[in-house]
Amino acid sequence: MTELTTLTLAEARDRLRKKELSSAELTAAHIEAVEKARPLNAFVLETPEIATQMAKASDARIAKGEGGPLEGIPLAIKDLFCTKGVRTTACSHILDNFVPTYESTVTSQLWRDGAVMLGKTNNDEFAMGSSNETSYFGAVQSPWRREGSNTPLVPGGSSGGSAAAVAAQLCLGATATDTGGSIRQPAAFTGTVGIKPTYGRCSRWGIVAFASSLDQAGPMAKTVRDAAIMLRSMAGPDAKDTTCADIAVPDYEAAVGKSVKGLRIGIPKEYRMDGMPPEIEKIWQQGCDWLKSAGAELVDVSLPHTKYALPAYYIVAPAEASSNLARYDGVRYGLRVPGRDISDMYEQTRAEGFGDEVRRRVMIGTYVLSAGYYDAYYLRAQKVRTLIKRDFEQCFDAGVHAMLTPATPTASFGVGEKGGADPVEMYLNDIFTVTVNMAGLPGIAVPAGSDAQGLPLGLQLIGRPFDEETLFSLSEVIEQAAGRFVAQRWW
Amino acid sequence: MSVDADTVRRIARLARIAVKDDEIEHLKGELNAMLAFVEQLGEVNVDGVEPMTSVTPMAMRQRADAVTDGDDPEAMLANAPNSADGFYMVPKVIE
Repeated sequence: MTELTTLTLAEARDRLRKKELSSAELTAAHIEAVEKARPLNAFVLETPEIATQMAKASDARIAKGEGGPLEGIPLAIKDLFCTKGVRTTACSHILDNFVPTYESTVTSQLWRDGAVMLGKTNNDEFAMGSSNETSYFGAVQSPWRREGSNTPLVPGGSSGGSAAAVAAQLCLGATATDTGGSIRQPAAFTGTVGIKPTYGRCSRWGIVAFASSLDQAGPMAKTVRDAAIMLRSMAGPDAKDTTCADIAVPDYEAAVGKSVKGLRIGIPKEYRMDGMPPEIEKIWQQGCDWLKSAGAELVDVSLPHTKYALPAYYIVAPAEASSNLARYDGVRYGLRVPGRDISDMYEQTRAEGFGDEVRRRVMIGTYVLSAGYYDAYYLRAQKVRTLIKRDFEQCFDAGVHAMLTPATPTASFGVGEKGGADPVEMYLNDIFTVTVNMAGLPGIAVPAGSDAQGLPLGLQLIGRPFDEETLFSLSEVIEQAAGRFVAQRWW
Repeated sequence: MSVDADTVRRIARLARIAVKDDEIEHLKGELNAMLAFVEQLGEVNVDGVEPMTSVTPMAMRQRADAVTDGDDPEAMLANAPNSADGFYMVPKVIE
């Protein structure tokens, strides 16, 4: 019998439905895998009792023929999603004793559909980071290592715990969030599939806010099909989030395997950066060839404002973060550090509660919104954002269905290797993904090859608003051609 | 544009984050690295461009003006660092 943790979500679902497997067995195998993988630090809270109970309830529903689309499937939840009665911290000291009295819309929909919660996964503090090293709970180690080396590598970030948990086969899928690349960059680093849906596709209600006009939830999974299955449950209208779109959720799984013949795929020339590693160039060309053989038509396109997306992001995102994080004042929840008076209490609480990266971003956000600087920085950045979005719209209006780009400028790097002296060095990780958040578009990262040291590399497909289905069809072509990338267990 | 030590102190005060004197120089360097990075936005011609106010073209939904939540003081106060008699407790604000 194959090890149960090596099943894909779709395979496990089908076997559960046929009653060849119980959720109790499947869940127990994953609980054991999570315990054995503690050296990865992928989970900040394991919930084996809850998982066992949920699995039992799922088995009872399956026996009665009442199973939902994710019935009995063990999942991991990024610690940015509020889970009722289960500690939720955003991996920040300022929230490390916070137990929500409510459930986020996205996770409540997963439980509605029968999923089982294994625990909460590690992430960069308040999702601010690209390596999972800013977490209050410490860095996550990627399940991947360079050939013949023991150097610990980062899984990417901010959804590093979710990426590591999926790549190490500790769960059948995980929730994640993406503000500038936090789903797609860790997916590319760990050989997993991650999709950031269109802004407004998933409700943001009950997700700890970072930058509200950029944040979106999405799944990380072993395969394109698994991501499609999960997204269907996560997405959908929600009266509690006024920016959540009132658009019915299609059956994304039906798009997996659908022909891509005749689709026009844009190849944006601005993504061909100076100094791009030849391996990234190679998989990009390989991706083009695969899509072409599958009948898609490739067209060269231009997105002239691409290079301004990252600097504009580092104004807009910190500005929104400084407003969102104003709520952590030591009064209503979270950490409180006593002070001489109430102002001093706020200042001491926030000084002790926020880590260096969060403090830096809150301060830069405060500065760009302050009197005298608002027009020069924030307003200008929002105008540049309009131009970035317009670049994409012009291509889509000209008949392009989706675009193919690299997901990241490099493969994974070592823990402690980047961003020490200059924070901008770390920010450059998101250079290919951040444009998509700025324009509110859907983007998927799919594994497409390996570098010379055996580390996975990913490609990104960018779609029209609310056309995640085309992304699933196209990325399935890449997955079928490239095969799956599974980390060898060393932990 | 770049910030000096006094501006760093002023930003920290506005952000309500206590910063020690020996952290100012380091923070100044970090903030100036970020400001230098975003400087390139100055090259973009934004004449006549509307700032983005909505990511997707959608009309803001309105709901009936009715109570949909609340009346649960225990849940509200469940995570309070300090509460008594159904109130959040804070240090004395008015002398």
